[in-house]
Amino acid sequence: MDMFENLSLAIGSLKANKMRTLLTLLGIVIGIASVIGIMTVGSSMTDSILGAIQGMGAGNITASVQQRSGEEDDGDFAADAVLPGGRSESISVQATPTISDRVTDQMISDFRENFPDQIENISLSESVGSGQVKDGRKYANVSVTGTNSGYGAVNDIKIVNGRYIKDADISASRNVAVVSDKFAKSIFGSQEPVGEQIKIYQGEQIYVYAVIGVYESETSNIVMGAPVAEKDIRTNLYIPVSAAKSWNGSESGYMSFTIRTRVGVDTDAFLAQAQSYFDRYYARNQNFEVSVSSMESLMNAIGSILDALSLGLAMIAAISLIVGGVGIMNILLVSITERTKEIGIRKALGAKNAAIRVQFITESIIICLIGGVIGIVGGIGLGLIGSQILGFQAHPSVFTILLALGVSMLIGIFFGYYPANKAARMDPIEALRYE
Amino acid sequence: MNSENMILMQDIVKRFFIGCPNELQVLDHIGLDVRAGEFVSIVGESGSGKSTLMNIIGALDRPTEGEYILDGVDMGTLDDNKLSDIRNAKVGFVFQTFNLVPRTTALKNVELPMLYAGVSRTKRTARAKELLRLVGMEERMTHMPNELSGGQKQRVAIARAMANDPAIILADEPTGALDSVTGRLVMDIFHSLHKESGKTIVLITHSQELAEETERIISLKDGRITGVRKGSN
Repeated sequence: MDMFENLSLAIGSLKANKMRTLLTLLGIVIGIASVIGIMTVGSSMTDSILGAIQGMGAGNITASVQQRSGEEDDGDFAADAVLPGGRSESISVQATPTISDRVTDQMISDFRENFPDQIENISLSESVGSGQVKDGRKYANVSVTGTNSGYGAVNDIKIVNGRYIKDADISASRNVAVVSDKFAKSIFGSQEPVGEQIKIYQGEQIYVYAVIGVYESETSNIVMGAPVAEKDIRTNLYIPVSAAKSWNGSESGYMSFTIRTRVGVDTDAFLAQAQSYFDRYYARNQNFEVSVSSMESLMNAIGSILDALSLGLAMIAAISLIVGGVGIMNILLVSITERTKEIGIRKALGAKNAAIRVQFITESIIICLIGGVIGIVGGIGLGLIGSQILGFQAHPSVFTILLALGVSMLIGIFFGYYPANKAARMDPIEALRYE
Repeated sequence: MNSENMILMQDIVKRFFIGCPNELQVLDHIGLDVRAGEFVSIVGESGSGKSTLMNIIGALDRPTEGEYILDGVDMGTLDDNKLSDIRNAKVGFVFQTFNLVPRTTALKNVELPMLYAGVSRTKRTARAKELLRLVGMEERMTHMPNELSGGQKQRVAIARAMANDPAIILADEPTGALDSVTGRLVMDIFHSLHKESGKTIVLITHSQELAEETERIISLKDGRITGVRKGSN
């Protein structure tokens, strides 16, 4: 019995009960649509978040001063956790890092000289905070960050006009600033910004800086929460790190810095080398140590968490697929009872059990495939809308779509098999007698 | 084995509810032979066992005991799939209530046995059209069963029974649901199939009048053959 005949038989009988077919379809449509929708939103979210992290410098290594986890040594940590009551006095009060705990300029330059083949650049920064630049009625919101010359390179800051901060600016602690193109546009309009003076207002204080460069601000900002008017968007304003320190009145040294490795350097191996290098400096420090980690491992961790999250949600949505499948089974059982006589006639005319079974499984698969296709279209639609609302770029995945088609077909076979088999095994004499 | 014998039955016994307190013996040592090209009738009151006998002849059921050879095939050893093949290739059923498949055109109904036999689409459509012309239904090939009268349905059913050129046509009260005029028409088709195509036809009926039209009348009562005689016409 050929496939085409089975298909036309199945379509014919589905058409004969349009309303019933529609309602049965609905179960599968809802199931597939919710799975696809969730998977689409999930993968869009993962891509956007990972993309944003990548933009922050995925290949970079971060070293930061952190409090030691154990009182004496790291090995005790597990014991502390197991027996907190018995050793409660040993859990230290949060210690404040003093100037002697910070990483000094000397340590950083020694470190750099020690690994000339691995380190391409080191980025140092000191955040100052937010402020506003005003010029008459024009204004721009800024986040002021003190940086060294390596910051621009490590963070891929693209200078479109003028230059970035140089070592000389830092040693002289010059009041110079690198501003974003958006900033330049709102303060200076079409006027040449480089060389101009700007006034940065922070609280009661006013600081006067000279613009030395303009960088291209990133266009793909993830803006979560309330939308911000274009002119109110806060952009970064970079000044020499030494200037920032005197602005802040902070001590010398750094709590953290970022290393960009040269191309082809084995990140994991260098991570271990850098860690042991700083461990020597901090061997006598009882409270603090330098912890070296890469963004890559963080990205992997975040990526797998997000994937697990969307998979988990999709699993919950998949429950509705099972419900849909049970609906199909139910309808097929009703349909088979109604068509008992027809099954008897077919058997009397020489239809083998297998032919009857294939006929009803085909019907079930067709319902599932039609439902699957509608569900995929609906699911992608839902995913696009969902991604739009959450502010992510939507990425419907081809793999998920193919998987959904495969799954709907499997549901058709799985839930169609029992009713189809029941039909196939009917006794022809009794089936013929059925009214 | 005598190839002249289309149906050869020896000591056929059929019991239901075997081993239960309500065990029922419906056929009691039936011996029956039908020659190729013969038109015979089996007559009996309801409850005489003629439906059960028809089911066994038509390979829908197996006897509890005894030997049944249909067109040279020993039916005692066949499994369900083989029985399906036998029904498909060797038996053409005509039922009292027509039993056309609903929501399926007359043409598709006639094609069905050929579909299950694996005949190609073009061949089965051509043959189905030819058969419908033979029974005078070529005008209504695309009609659904619910658009046909009783006599028309039965003519389609006869065309369907002929589809795979079966060894026997098994007609179970074919005129039972028809008025006398259309019943007459249907009987005439059987007669012409018998005379012109040389078909072996087994007619099961409770009507003595119809039975008289056949070559041989086999009477059945309480599961036993009580008489065999020639038809009067």
